[in-house]
Amino acid sequence: MSTLVLVETDADGVAETSGEALTFARGLGDPVRALVIGELSEAVTSQLSDYGVEAVHHANGPAFETYAAAAWAAAVVAAARETDAGVVLASGTPRGMEAMAHSAVRLGASMAANTVEAVSRHPMVVNRQVLGGSVLEQMQVDGDIAVLTVAGHACEAVPADAPTTPAISTLEVEVPESDLIAKVVRTEPGEPDESGGLKAARVVVGGGRGTGGPDGFGDLTELAELLGGVVGVTRVVTSLGWRPHAEQVGQTGSRISPELYIPCGISGAIQHWAGCSSAKTILAINTEADAPMVTKAHYAVIGDLHEVLPAINEELRRRRG
Amino acid sequence: MTDVLVCLKRVPDAAGEITLSGDSMSIDARHVGYTVSAHEEAAVELAVQIADETGGSATAVSLGSGDAVEQLRNALAVGCSAAVLLEADAEAYGPADVAEALAAVVRDHAANGTTYDLLLLGNDAADSGDFQVPIRLAYALDRPVVTGISTVEIEGDHVTARGRGTEGPEIYEVPLPAVVAVMEGGVSPRYPSIRGRMKAKKVKIDQSEPSLQPAGNGRIKLVLPPAAPSKVEILGEGPEAATAVVDLLVRLGVAR
Ligand SMILES: Cc1cc2nc3c(=O)[nH]c(=O)nc-3n(C[C@H](O)[C@H](O)[C@H](O)COP(=O)(O)OP(=O)(O)OC[C@H]3O[C@@H](n4cnc5c(N)ncnc54)[C@H](O)[C@@H]3O)c2cc1C
Repeated sequence: MSTLVLVETDADGVAETSGEALTFARGLGDPVRALVIGELSEAVTSQLSDYGVEAVHHANGPAFETYAAAAWAAAVVAAARETDAGVVLASGTPRGMEAMAHSAVRLGASMAANTVEAVSRHPMVVNRQVLGGSVLEQMQVDGDIAVLTVAGHACEAVPADAPTTPAISTLEVEVPESDLIAKVVRTEPGEPDESGGLKAARVVVGGGRGTGGPDGFGDLTELAELLGGVVGVTRVVTSLGWRPHAEQVGQTGSRISPELYIPCGISGAIQHWAGCSSAKTILAINTEADAPMVTKAHYAVIGDLHEVLPAINEELRRRRG
Repeated sequence: MTDVLVCLKRVPDAAGEITLSGDSMSIDARHVGYTVSAHEEAAVELAVQIADETGGSATAVSLGSGDAVEQLRNALAVGCSAAVLLEADAEAYGPADVAEALAAVVRDHAANGTTYDLLLLGNDAADSGDFQVPIRLAYALDRPVVTGISTVEIEGDHVTARGRGTEGPEIYEVPLPAVVAVMEGGVSPRYPSIRGRMKAKKVKIDQSEPSLQPAGNGRIKLVLPPAAPSKVEILGEGPEAATAVVDLLVRLGVAR
């Protein structure tokens, strides 16, 4: 029996969210095996060794040149069979979710999305986020194979106590033409999804309805620049077209985990909180002392953001000299 | 001419304070009210646009209690022309059950002469967040499926679907009939006009009960994460707080 993890990679190697999934997988107790689709760099292999992976199964070839969820699922199923997997999991990213849902159907398995912890392994019982993370569901995943996705930032990505020397093997996987019908035919340049920067930012300055309109972001943007951070916003702001959707934080936007989050004119609705609760420190700026964002924050300033922010920016510039 | 079927779920409006039912098996939404997810609102908008542009139709379907008629009427009010209610206790249904029940509707309607070339759903339901119904539905009907889609265009016998990728918008071109799971953000859902609401009231909703025995969703119970007591430290009021704020920023190591 083993636990198979679909690992996503980025320019730095193993994606942070996949590191979280690997850490979660180790906690289940069975040996962890990784599936990597596409290029397998040395950085990835060495990081997988740090995460304590026993074996790496590598699927590559023309079928994986451009993303097709069904082709990924074909690889997951082939690897699950080869490794006698009892649990198959991925991080709850768009690709991870999609590949796991396809794989669950093909494996005749149940799937638990956005898992935050395993309650027991036999039977497989997990706690997972529902209603945008404001409620947890305890769910039993029946069947010989359980398929899971791990909610972003549910656990920290932690290397194993001792690194392993994973065996690397090429996964033979036959991908029928029918699995390539729904594939990415092109990626349009020009309008990159900037939420990647948002997710990795050390400082995020948030703007909500309290900014008052598209012209209300000047001081906010300036503070973000002064702190080397980026701007994040609420859904009200993106729905009204004040800022692009890529900047949205929350259940239907990005989940952020900066050192410092400074929400300005944001009430702190549960769907927004779902995206920012992992911030180490929260400093809220709001006119209302009883706004949920204020009561949930570590620090707060009560006042009009259009008066408070310029004063902060000025003080920062003054100290910089 | 494209006939679109758009799938909706009546869910508790999570903007308010959440409480659980006595047996902890469901959310008590009596005081917060009900809605559909933002993804599904976007899916309805896309369905109506496609129906208009191609001279086809948009039909809304929901599996849920009799009260889900409210969500179906809202879809009718913004331009769907027909609605189907599969009356069932949605809480007893797992994603595979819902997909099977929806697939049965698609097959039944096809047998009666209406083929839905495009099935639109939200990316995941706002309450259960399973992220599986669109994909399981596609497998049940042996159709291609794409998820995380913000806009769609019908071009002849295929649909061009655009989603957000990490390196820019990703484009799929998928032959019809197909299943598309929509993510909010690509279109602004229209508001119902008074005329739309009047019209919606007159539509007869096709009501039936699914004929399958649901396998369930494995739910053992729901738990509310404990509300952390407020430990907020108020740094001050108004612009005078700036000094205290910058002191904090320096302490946190994000400013010099
Ligand atoms: C299915 C679903 C998904 C959702 N997903 C998301 C999501 O991903 N992200 C998200 O953010 N929301 C999401 N929402 C919406 C969410 O419920 C809230 O409506 C939204 O977060 C509120 O945005 P806000 O805080 O900007 O506005 P409001 O709730 O209107 O709050 C404005 C705040 O600004 C304060 N304020 C006003 N003027 C000033 C001023 N001059 N100076 C300082 N403070 C001021 C007010 O006191 C208030 O606290 C979702 C909702 C649903 C139903």
